[in-house]
Amino acid sequence: MSIALEEKSVVTDLQTEAPTFEEAVAFIWAEADMLDRLDYKPWLKLWTETGKYIIPVDRDADYADALNIVYDDQEMRQARVKRLLSGFSMSSAPPARTVRTVSRFVVEARDETSITLRGAQMLAEYKYEHMRFLPADMRYRIVRAGNGSLRIDEKVVTLINADDFQFGIGYLL
Amino acid sequence: MNSTDFAALVKDDRVHTALYKDPAIFEEEMDRIFNSTWVWVAHASDVPAKNSFKTSWVGRQPVIVTRDREGKVHVLLNRCRHRAASVCEKKKGKASVFVCPYHGWSYDVDGRLRKVPHAKGYDEAFDTSEFPLISLRTEEYHGLIFATFKQDIEPLADFLGPARKWIDLFMKQGAGFGVKTLGEHRFRFPGNWKIQLENTTDAYHFPIVHKTFLDSLDAETENVFDVLGQGGWVEDLGNGHSVMVMIPDLIDLEENLDAPIPDRFAALAEELADEGYPDDQVRRIVRAVGGSGFNLNLFPNVACSMAFFRVLRPVTVDETEITHVAIGMDGGPVAGNRARLRLHEHFQGPMGFGTPDDAEGWERVQRGARAGDDLWIMLNRGVDAPDGVAEAGHNAGDVSAETGMRAAYQMWKRMMSA
Repeated sequence: MSIALEEKSVVTDLQTEAPTFEEAVAFIWAEADMLDRLDYKPWLKLWTETGKYIIPVDRDADYADALNIVYDDQEMRQARVKRLLSGFSMSSAPPARTVRTVSRFVVEARDETSITLRGAQMLAEYKYEHMRFLPADMRYRIVRAGNGSLRIDEKVVTLINADDFQFGIGYLL
Repeated sequence: MNSTDFAALVKDDRVHTALYKDPAIFEEEMDRIFNSTWVWVAHASDVPAKNSFKTSWVGRQPVIVTRDREGKVHVLLNRCRHRAASVCEKKKGKASVFVCPYHGWSYDVDGRLRKVPHAKGYDEAFDTSEFPLISLRTEEYHGLIFATFKQDIEPLADFLGPARKWIDLFMKQGAGFGVKTLGEHRFRFPGNWKIQLENTTDAYHFPIVHKTFLDSLDAETENVFDVLGQGGWVEDLGNGHSVMVMIPDLIDLEENLDAPIPDRFAALAEELADEGYPDDQVRRIVRAVGGSGFNLNLFPNVACSMAFFRVLRPVTVDETEITHVAIGMDGGPVAGNRARLRLHEHFQGPMGFGTPDDAEGWERVQRGARAGDDLWIMLNRGVDAPDGVAEAGHNAGDVSAETGMRAAYQMWKRMMSA
């Protein structure tokens, strides 16, 4: 199953039909493939205008009032992608190579316009003689745009060791 | 290797590459430096109430920082006096007693051994007062809590010396509220701890390593972060401490309160005004929200760095853990603290716009130092400080001078050859 990725990212009128489980999973796989391929510009278009990309430090935190590793709105996502692709950031030019899979999906919630899934991400990265493993619990809220394509409205990546030390991460999770 | 050998590895304008990579030197550093001086362990707001605690480190040794029923702060080795199990594995919290999970020895928050299960199995001479958790000497300056294994060391205030003035200035970012820790980023890099120590007093790298951070700012803010172009300076404060002033306008956050509010903080100022904060208080909060215009580097493990505390912990000769502690206003407006959190996330942490590039740079230093066993690390950069800025009698250089690194290594030499 393939999902057409639309050019336009503004969601004006959400359709009443929530994405199905199968649609949502295929969409998440397409996103994971984009991230491993550093296809960041099209990735920006997968989001709703108000979408939040969150990588917390503490599980179960109230993210807005807590310190996070990432707490990106659209403007910060765009700035982040610009930085990662600029060639002037030594940690991302080049970044570590990554290979990730996302699975173990469970539907957490569903309403007229959205589906919320949780899942598991297994990501290996490699750079400078180091292989590191960054497993994470994932949560995605996915909606359908007015033209029928899917959009991420929230993505929360909770690393297995989120509240412990990390090494520098020069790519997107 | 003896004291004379260590002293020969540090010259006035360079240090030997062995300082980054010799495991024997690292072992001696843990003893002669981290076990022998004041080491930062916590901020007072980490243990805000009686029976609150936080776990921390002094060099490689895990400790618990506690506040007892009288409000006194204790720093205790996190090791049961029976057979060594750690008695606390939480980062922070509240506890009125620490119970060893192995045989149930229980300790008060001041370290006293309270009770031993099945005490009849010990002979009558067994005295619980002989087996408290080991307590370190602990002192506090303006909320910064330090501990030391060295009972006869000079008082903390003397050790800090002229750095105290800069700590006082730094704490003005509480904007009339107290300073409170808001959360922390922890990350490691595969490199020696002194590479990080140097970096906090290195303005030279900023426009190069942090170009992408600067590019992400609006023009007005980018000018604020033109750290080499504002007449700043680096000043040796003694005992290995130094201050690097990058934005002289932001030394004293209680001055220039009438200046126009920068565009990037206009929305915050409006929100605070809407919440009913009077104009003078709004200006004070907004001026402080981005932090101070300097990095104060305190030897050996902590810095008051613009808007956060930078704490380093040596793990091995070629691995170091860094904690960036976000700070805000204790009891101040939620909107102000939220703004501070977002600013911290923008630059700091494992996916900030600044930190990963710093970490990569430091890793490259460690990788490069594998070559050239006989080569030296050059610390000879610097011209005179601008007139009239550094305190008379203090050694100082321009903002990009390596004066602060030279100061730290002279302290290293003094301690390693003592």
